[in-house]
Amino acid sequence: MIPESFDYQRAGSVREALALLKQHGDEAKILAGGHSLVPTMKLRLATPGTLIDIGGISELKYINDKGDYLAIGAGTTHWMVESSSLVQQKAPALSQAAAQIGDVQVRNRGTIGGVLAHSDPQADYPGVVLALNATIIAEGSGGERTIEAADYFTGLWETALGDNEILTEVRIPTDSANANSCYLKFPQPASRYPYVGCAVAMDKSGGNCSDVRVGFSGVAESAFRDDGVEDAIRGQALNDDTIAAASAKSAEGRSVLSDYFVSEEYRRAMAQVYAKRALTQLS
Amino acid sequence: MEVSMTVNGTSYTHDVEPRTLLVTHLRENLRLTGTHVGCDTSSCGACTIIVDGETVKSCTLLAVQCEGAEIKTIEGMAENGKLHPIQESFREKHGLQCGFCTPGMILSSWQLLERNPNPSEDEIRHSLEGNFCRCTGYQNIVTAVQDAATKV
Ligand SMILES: Cc1cc2nc3c(=O)[nH]c(=O)nc-3n(C[C@H](O)[C@H](O)[C@H](O)COP(=O)(O)OP(=O)(O)OC[C@H]3O[C@@H](n4cnc5c(N)ncnc54)[C@H](O)[C@@H]3O)c2cc1C
Ligand code: FES
Ligand code: FES
Repeated sequence: MIPESFDYQRAGSVREALALLKQHGDEAKILAGGHSLVPTMKLRLATPGTLIDIGGISELKYINDKGDYLAIGAGTTHWMVESSSLVQQKAPALSQAAAQIGDVQVRNRGTIGGVLAHSDPQADYPGVVLALNATIIAEGSGGERTIEAADYFTGLWETALGDNEILTEVRIPTDSANANSCYLKFPQPASRYPYVGCAVAMDKSGGNCSDVRVGFSGVAESAFRDDGVEDAIRGQALNDDTIAAASAKSAEGRSVLSDYFVSEEYRRAMAQVYAKRALTQLS
Repeated sequence: MEVSMTVNGTSYTHDVEPRTLLVTHLRENLRLTGTHVGCDTSSCGACTIIVDGETVKSCTLLAVQCEGAEIKTIEGMAENGKLHPIQESFREKHGLQCGFCTPGMILSSWQLLERNPNPSEDEIRHSLEGNFCRCTGYQNIVTAVQDAATKV
């Protein structure tokens, strides 16, 4: 399978990529790791006139400790996230999600910016960045803009990112809940994309859940924070009964995806199971 | 457009269409046919090669994305007529039958042992998830990697 012809431009910096985006307009698409875009182009589901390759921009590949938050460059690969001791320590949910994406070869190429820009309803990271209360940095010709994860995922394949913007950084707060976080996944056995991915970040004090954030990937048209589960467990003692009652609220009142392999009913049931396991693991 | 890369220690410069896949470039322009195409949909790992020290599926990369890259394919594993220890182990432990998946398996095994010289059986199976074998049932591949771990 061969993509339709296109014009290829290699950007040496974010500034150059932005100028190229402006110059080529609607015709152009950013190419990062290419592990969503190239397969889509081979199937000719995407036929961009111009590709602007940001894959070689080294200034987009980093994981830095900024004190209050971890700064992760958009070009950081899943393998870099998976193997970072800083991420393991400050945001284990992100590290666990990275380690479960696709396979080794995919993790060597795919980038965090690519996942978040693509916003595949079946991707792993979206629920995780919601649970970790991350901030997304976008750069456009007018300068830099910050978008809260909670405002970022706007629908099926839709994000708050503008057409001529580049996602440059993801910021993960280094709070105590994020240090006590996890990500559990029920994967499609062949593709490894999640049918259900559940990320939880939790603050505990004296056996109680003092604060909690729960994010789901793969369950609905776009990733979401599940305030039903959060409200049910916040302030409660952490035991089998409270966790069972809270996880039973998973995806309550939301429309849930259904496909050939996993029906809506089964997905909903699995969301509850994975929320229960994640809450139990952190308690 | 012009693209230059070093493959198994030799530099090559070619004029390619931007839409040329890396695997097509390797097989058809460089005539390095040890890299196989199994699925052409990023799933099977038969096309796995090493780009700048990391394994990738060459059916899911454009040749132009590899400008200036240092590439290794299965043809570059043996040195001075001597098989790489991982290749030896696959031969000794019968880690292959038809051999179609083998180039990719060997390069993925190389990546594993480079990052984790003493992997457990679980770690071996997990790290070869991106490589399918339709013949062996995987058992002898795992044995071959365990054997290779004692040698590299
Ligand atoms: C076999 C296989 C299995 C996979 N399994 C999983 C899985 O289990 N879980 C999972 O979550 N994902 C999975 N993926 C997808 C993988 O994680 C991709 O790497 C990821 O979705 C896209 O990242 P990329 O860097 O490759 O982006 P690209 O494919 O290069 O780009 C994707 C889209 O985002 C845009 N884009 C990229 N970067 C930016 C940026 N910085 N700013 C603005 N726009 C940008 C592009 O224009 C394009 O539209 C799998 C992929 C494959 C091939
Ligand atoms: S041919 Fe590339 S993964 Fe199957
Ligand atoms: S040996 Fe035949 S596919 Fe693996």
